[in-house]
Amino acid sequence: MHLSESVSTGFFFLAPWLVFAPLTGLLINLIFSKWFKFSENWVGAVASLASGAAFVVSVLLAYSVSLNHGEVVRWKLAEWIHVGTLNLDWTFRIDSLSTTMMLVVSGVGTLIHIYAIGYMHEDVRFKHEEGRFNRFFLFLNLFIAAMMILVSGDSYMMLFVGWEGVGLCSFLLIGFWFEMDTLARPSWANSNAAKKAFITNRVGDFGFLIAGFLMFWYLGSFQFDEVFKAAPEIAHSMPWVIVAITLFMLVGVAGKSAQIPLYIWLPDAMAGPTPVSALIHAATMVTAGVYLVTRSAPLYTLVPQAQYIVAMVGAGTALFAATIAVGQYDIKKVLAYSTISQLGFMVAAVGMGAYVAGMFHLITHAFFKALLFLSAGSVILGLERGHHAHAHHVAHDDHGKKKKEGKHALSKAEGRKEEEHGHGGGHDEHGEVFDPGDMRNMGGLRKTMPVTFWLYMIGTLALAGIFPFAGFWSKDEILLDASLHFTSVYWQLTIAAFFTAFYMGRQIWMVFFGEARTDAAKHAEESPKVMTVPLMVLAVLSVAGGALNLPFEGFHNLGHWLGHTLGEVEGLPLDMKVAGISTGLALLAILISWFLYGRNPLKTGEIDPLKKPLGPIFTGMEGKWFVDEGYFAVIINPFNKISQFLADVIDWRFWHDFVHDTVILGTYNWLSEIALNEYADQKGIDGFANWLGSATQSVSATLRKVQNGFVRSYALSVLLGVVLILGYLILK
Amino acid sequence: MVPVNYYVALSAILFSIGALGVLIRRNPLIIFMSIELMLNAGNLAFVAFGRSYEIAGGQPFFSGQIFVFFVIAVAAAEVAVGLALIVEIFKTRKNINIDELNSLKG
Amino acid sequence: MNSDIVVFLVLSLIAISSALGMMFSRNAVYSALFLVLNFITVAVFYLLLGAPFIAMSQITVYAGAIMVLFLFVIMLLGAENLAPSKSLPWQKPLAYILAFVLVVESVYLVISRAQVDKFISSPEASLNSMDNLREMAMTLFNQYLLPFEITSILLLVAMVGAIVLTKQEKGEQK
Repeated sequence: MHLSESVSTGFFFLAPWLVFAPLTGLLINLIFSKWFKFSENWVGAVASLASGAAFVVSVLLAYSVSLNHGEVVRWKLAEWIHVGTLNLDWTFRIDSLSTTMMLVVSGVGTLIHIYAIGYMHEDVRFKHEEGRFNRFFLFLNLFIAAMMILVSGDSYMMLFVGWEGVGLCSFLLIGFWFEMDTLARPSWANSNAAKKAFITNRVGDFGFLIAGFLMFWYLGSFQFDEVFKAAPEIAHSMPWVIVAITLFMLVGVAGKSAQIPLYIWLPDAMAGPTPVSALIHAATMVTAGVYLVTRSAPLYTLVPQAQYIVAMVGAGTALFAATIAVGQYDIKKVLAYSTISQLGFMVAAVGMGAYVAGMFHLITHAFFKALLFLSAGSVILGLERGHHAHAHHVAHDDHGKKKKEGKHALSKAEGRKEEEHGHGGGHDEHGEVFDPGDMRNMGGLRKTMPVTFWLYMIGTLALAGIFPFAGFWSKDEILLDASLHFTSVYWQLTIAAFFTAFYMGRQIWMVFFGEARTDAAKHAEESPKVMTVPLMVLAVLSVAGGALNLPFEGFHNLGHWLGHTLGEVEGLPLDMKVAGISTGLALLAILISWFLYGRNPLKTGEIDPLKKPLGPIFTGMEGKWFVDEGYFAVIINPFNKISQFLADVIDWRFWHDFVHDTVILGTYNWLSEIALNEYADQKGIDGFANWLGSATQSVSATLRKVQNGFVRSYALSVLLGVVLILGYLILK
Repeated sequence: MVPVNYYVALSAILFSIGALGVLIRRNPLIIFMSIELMLNAGNLAFVAFGRSYEIAGGQPFFSGQIFVFFVIAVAAAEVAVGLALIVEIFKTRKNINIDELNSLKG
Repeated sequence: MNSDIVVFLVLSLIAISSALGMMFSRNAVYSALFLVLNFITVAVFYLLLGAPFIAMSQITVYAGAIMVLFLFVIMLLGAENLAPSKSLPWQKPLAYILAFVLVVESVYLVISRAQVDKFISSPEASLNSMDNLREMAMTLFNQYLLPFEITSILLLVAMVGAIVLTKQEKGEQK
């Protein structure tokens, strides 16, 4: 344990509280909320405070690191695994990289906790499941704890524990409404989404584990410093080992950070409540892969081939997902594909070795994507409020009419039906499905939800990379790095950036401009303060986040800060050509989107104006390029067929019908019925037992006559005995 | 001078008569009396044997007599209970013929 | 034949004949009276054998208390005579045969196995004095104290048992 002298001056002793603080919140809510009947606000306050405490600890730790001039501090909490040559401790690694991640996770996490108090209050109310409020916050706190383990771990194993922990929380939270679905899909749609996420992540984890095995076998350790120390020698003698480790690790990254080919789970993960989408599936958990690559920078730097593959995967994902986002109608799906695309940017950046740029984009993306998601949640809830109010109004009228006509005929079924109206606003008065997340149901929300509109605008501009919002600076840095070394990556990312601006513009025009296309949109209401205030904080960060690493002489603050861990790199100055092209393309994309969606707003029931000119291309975008179907055709269906074959033919027909029924059961039947039953049992054992019984019966039938009930005859036999005994004595 | 054997023989005869009485009479009261007779026969043998084994000073062996004493006490107890039983049987069955009390017939 | 033998034989004759009389009397009251006679005879034998205390107990307890009880019950139940029944036809002859065999066997045993040198003289004066009684009491209350106490408990139990058996249950109609 390398404890430097200055430890006593810092706050490093607080490191375990990164994990313990959220766990404490979790335990308080778990154990005491039922006893003391915590109200919703109490539960939310406890959870938010727990997360906030983690944030405070993160701030103190970051301060301590800066006091220490970025020196790595490893704070050992407990011994963990000591087997043979493997010595693993539960050690927190506190350096500039991990504290940066901690700040992002706990900071954004705390804001989302606060937002969730308002959001979940309405969500559970709309879904008539108010008992779930507490459970949601338990999961959120658990997630924060797991994520802290992930980012603060000092070894790949500890990182893996956090990695799996956040995967579990992701699973739990995607399937939060596991038994109900408000969009008239099958009720298992949500739980299937959760399972899809979990299983897809398993594929990635498989890669991670293989990487871990290789690492242990050839490098002999899991601890970061030891691995990095041993790596160059191995890279010299057996370069393929490092290539294999990094590429298998890339599989894990692809799973967790939703890269090609394992990104498919992330859009479905939008089934979870919106704060979850914002926290886990946009801001923090999905960036774990980026963090992993950044953390493993010394390994990747050794093998440029692997770096190139990582960059290509990232760039490909960025472009691919961006095109899909153009064809989506669900407000959260658009953001989900946008997230995949932006994660592609980050992965491409870290793949190119531009770790600072990648981390920079990770941070700003956390700000503005959380902002966008949470605003989208606000929009959805606003629509639900509008729908609820409207549907209730109509249903009430309807109800009254029927009452007049039907006298006493108001059946129970009708009463039930009326109850169902309330369910999440999912069904309107005619039982039709209303999807509050579908952008075609929106329109004109600028007027009814002004605060949300402005917040959403800020997020959109940041994401689109418009000067001077945060996204501009971070995206530009990535593009600049790419333009210097990887031309193909650069062009892919630039086109992706163009699409990004386009689909965000499309979204803005569809959601907030034009006329309301449904009654719900017409009656939409603004969200309460508890939701909008965290959004404002995030909006400020989205605007000013670029200041973290301005590309001017004397700035590059984040670069210097991370340089303590990743090695100092020279900050690149702003390149007007790169910045100009990307900004110009973004503005052009927004203009085109205005031309298509803003000038002539979509009417109710109208098809997307892109559908006609683009034809099959748009159908492809709409259908997500049919990747899911491809997976079905290539993997899942054959798998089903094989399991069907195994179950039906091998197991049922061969194993069950033939081996069990015919061979084993037949032999057994023959044995038991003929050999054992008829001969051994019935004739042998039964015969003997029956003989015993009848013999006893006949003997006793004879003997019972002796027992005649006359006491004198008994006495006579006694005397007979006496006489006989005496006779024996005489004759002896 | 009477030999002890005479007393013992007399005791045996009385005992046999008692046993015969138990066997041939149907009146439970007489059966009872026969049993008393048999006990008496036994007592006589006790006392006779006790007398024949003299201890020092011409004193007889008192244990024989003490046994008789106990037998008398036990016989008294037996008669008390036995007669109570007979009375009770008579009360329920209005008949004390021993041959009709055969409800335990197998 | 000395006088002792004569007395013994006469008394034996009385004892045996009274026993037979008890057994064969049709009337149960006669049986009881014959038995009293038998008991008295046996009491005289006890006196002859130098056991005056036992003789007195015999007369008071047996001939007095027990037989009075018997007579009382006989008369109470009206069981002097019982109607003859033919339930066990082979019982009687078999009983005679067995009793006869028993007598023969036991007398044979007595004669063949007894010590011939044991004679019982007529009781001396000292034997019937208070010394005799005191010695017997000493034996009874020292050596046989525990059986004595147990006997007293037995008598108590018999007393309680007799009361319980004949007691009329509450609510039971006669």
